[in-house]
Amino acid sequence: MGKVRGKMMWQDQMRGIYHITIKDMKTYYLKPPAISWGMVFPLAWTLAFYLRNPGDFAELVPGLLAMTIIFSTTAAEAVVINFELRLGTLERLLLAPLSMTAVLLGKVLGGFLFGLMMTAIVAAGAVIYLGLKPDFVGLALTSLISLMVFSSMGALFSVAVREVFEAQTLLNLPRFLMVFLCGVVYPVSALPEGLQLLSRLLPLTYTVQGLKASFLPIDGTVFIWDLLILLLFLILFLLPANSLLQRRFS
Amino acid sequence: MSQKNAAIIADKLTKRYGDLLAVDCISFHVDEGEIFGFLGPNGSGKTSTIRMLVGLTQPSGGRASVLGCHLPGDIYLARRYVGVVPDISNLYDELSARENLLFMARLYGVPRSQQNSRVDRLLQDFGLYERKEDHFATFSRGMKRALTIAAALVHEPRLLFLDEPTTGLDAAAARSLRSLISGLREKGLTVFLTTHYLAEADMLCDRIAILVRGRIVSIDTPEGLKRLVQEQSLIEFSFRGDVSGRIGALQSFLGELQASLLDSSRIRIYGGDPPRIFDAVFQFSRESGIGVESASTIRPSLEDAFLQITGLSPQVMAADKGSGKGRGVGR
Repeated sequence: MGKVRGKMMWQDQMRGIYHITIKDMKTYYLKPPAISWGMVFPLAWTLAFYLRNPGDFAELVPGLLAMTIIFSTTAAEAVVINFELRLGTLERLLLAPLSMTAVLLGKVLGGFLFGLMMTAIVAAGAVIYLGLKPDFVGLALTSLISLMVFSSMGALFSVAVREVFEAQTLLNLPRFLMVFLCGVVYPVSALPEGLQLLSRLLPLTYTVQGLKASFLPIDGTVFIWDLLILLLFLILFLLPANSLLQRRFS
Repeated sequence: MSQKNAAIIADKLTKRYGDLLAVDCISFHVDEGEIFGFLGPNGSGKTSTIRMLVGLTQPSGGRASVLGCHLPGDIYLARRYVGVVPDISNLYDELSARENLLFMARLYGVPRSQQNSRVDRLLQDFGLYERKEDHFATFSRGMKRALTIAAALVHEPRLLFLDEPTTGLDAAAARSLRSLISGLREKGLTVFLTTHYLAEADMLCDRIAILVRGRIVSIDTPEGLKRLVQEQSLIEFSFRGDVSGRIGALQSFLGELQASLLDSSRIRIYGGDPPRIFDAVFQFSRESGIGVESASTIRPSLEDAFLQITGLSPQVMAADKGSGKGRGVGR
């Protein structure tokens, strides 16, 4: 009896996560604002850097992908939870046989899935157009973990503030800080020592390192460390997001 | 308590928000198949009780079970068989009526083969089939309410929580919704209805619990509640001027009898000996210089029973009706 109940509950959670993800994709992500933030913005940004300093465009690809990952996942993630909290639609999800963690994961996976689509399009375009031969396993692992990390970061900002616009505004600070400090456009090694230290505290640094390692093979140990640190960031974002969401309802 | 076929059992259920005691040690049961009303003004603890019973918030004390599932441990299991209509219509603006219901059906694991037929039937039952492809955002308030109720029924629950279903609706929409709710009884559904509309509770409910400041002050059938005041005289006086500022003076003539102000120039007096009441009121009229326009003995309504039981003035409930409420189930 207990096992049957456990199985039913597990199925309920999995089904809920799946349908919330799909619903969020439809209602929030596959819309012009999310697409422009997720793909057009990183492309325009990269093009600007390329035009200012024309060189080997292939070198900019890991940075372009990193930007696509961070902007596509956080494009709507930072607002959807807060938005639904205000409208009361999140409460409706919680009235279904779903845990709060399952609802949060459904939301995070919405951002993840949208980010994955955008990143896959940009990566495929870059690889085909420039004839690059990346390590696909490394590229996939770095991208998938990073997409989860930044989608969770968006969720954390979304539940940490009361107003929808606050989440977007606050999130711009770490987003743009990371674009400049994490090796997206300037190598970390070219930064002053203090900023280099700061860059070590930011998750995008490890995404860029992982992506660079996928395109320009380096020592495998370093690559694994990048992934492990990204997993640590994932936990650091997901746990407080879950706890803050619980608190919003308590 | 007859709890053999109880859909809900609450035992000394308590909820505190910091220093505020929202629900104060309430005990009641709801039988399967009955429409149970939870009646009280805003802030009386109705929504907090629902929040505890559907697992949106943890009780500060006491115990509860819903459809045999003990809370909070079995809440996910209970929710498979429970539908909830919060006091706000909280479906997705960006989705059509049909998409909203399909999303809910999927969330609750309605078998794929039954999803479309069930959704279409509900849309027809609630008179929304013609608008099935229209976005929720384009619906009128009454249609939104109807679709929100339909969404709570899509997984064919055994127990439905309805939190203020008709608040903010115009008379026609409210009447139509009440008729739909009444129809749920025929389907054998247990309904837990919170409302501050006394007539609505009278019309729909098999039993009513009256909640004041977090405490249940009475539980009975609507007729039983009315009987409490039927044996007493109930006299309504209309004055030629404003007596709202002089109710204290009037009360001093009435002694222990209770006078309730209906509006600025009308009062009701419950119980007591009619000749003595007339004497007291006319004495007040002479001394205050405010003439009595009319006086009549009236048959007590549920509102009279409510006022007698709670000691609240009708203005409190009237103010609630106008306020449209500010707190939802999940906020």
